Amino acid sequence: MTEISTAPTGGMAPAGQAPLKVQIVPVRGLPLVAAALAGLIAAVVSNRLWALDFFHVVGGGLWTGIDLFVGFIVGPVLGRLPVPARVAFSVRFMPKMVLLMPTLVITTLVAGWQLARHEGTILISYSHHGWIVASMIVVGVMAVVAIGILEPANLAVLFELRKQAPDGALVGRLMRRFIYTAGITGAMQVATLVIMTRLATT
Amino acid sequence: MSARLRPGAPPPAPPARAVPGRSFPPVAELAVTSMALIIVSGIWLAAHLPRPAPLGPSAGLLAAAAALLLLAAALTSRLRPFAWNVFFTVAGWALAAYVVIAGMLELIFVLDGTRGAMLVLLTCSLTVFALDIPLLLGFSVARYQAAGAQ
Repeated sequence: MTEISTAPTGGMAPAGQAPLKVQIVPVRGLPLVAAALAGLIAAVVSNRLWALDFFHVVGGGLWTGIDLFVGFIVGPVLGRLPVPARVAFSVRFMPKMVLLMPTLVITTLVAGWQLARHEGTILISYSHHGWIVASMIVVGVMAVVAIGILEPANLAVLFELRKQAPDGALVGRLMRRFIYTAGITGAMQVATLVIMTRLATT
Repeated sequence: MSARLRPGAPPPAPPARAVPGRSFPPVAELAVTSMALIIVSGIWLAAHLPRPAPLGPSAGLLAAAAALLLLAAALTSRLRPFAWNVFFTVAGWALAAYVVIAGMLELIFVLDGTRGAMLVLLTCSLTVFALDIPLLLGFSVARYQAAGAQ
């Protein structure tokens, strides 16, 4: 159970001012997502090693890099900004993440799964099978944190900011949750880097 | 946004806000737990390849996840008042996205030759997963919105 804050707007839009125009899903980006997914399906159906490796490495590299950058660079910077500055940043940043991150995640996981089947690293007979299972556990934990905690907070902030008088305390609390969970997924990505570099060199 | 008041007209209604101090049932917690159970089940199955994994633990996890999802949905459906418009808007978009994601995963399983009870189990798991997230996102946003908000 969670109490809803009744604190004042905390320095955001003054009463009577028009609410912020916040686009939750940047519709113009949807064709790019569709193109990426179409390329991914083509890679899976053709089962070509290069195409699978391309989608896995590019998707995984971006996913890991963005998570680390947001978790350890953007998050702490955002946490020290005044609420209006956080809001100004978030209304431009978060909608892009709504499209970008799920696309990178599904691209990395689908291509990675097929790649592992292609090369036999998913099989229990593979000498480093334990590392593969460890990578699945890391991804599972990241999925629960990102989808279960980070993304709901992200969306709730965007919807709150569309109100005529957003609740500043609520936005601040949800943004803190976003910043902390971004840090957790960043730390989990360090584990991913350890596992993947280990697998690539043994 | 500002409207000119006519003499004698009632003052404009204040902007809609969520009810202060209102508590909600643990819908988000149930949905996240359900999602986590599905992920554990998936890892369990994948960790046994190429041998067929014992389906009992995965079936149990799926049943528990489905039960938690149904409980979360039932608790949500009883919420009055609630920002249903916002809930369905968010849940609808999320459902569209996760149907695509679940569809791609299903495609992978079929292409990889998964058949029989394993395919049924994975399909049911993906269905629960694809319903969990829209419920979670819709609830998480709508709980902070006033009933009737668009």
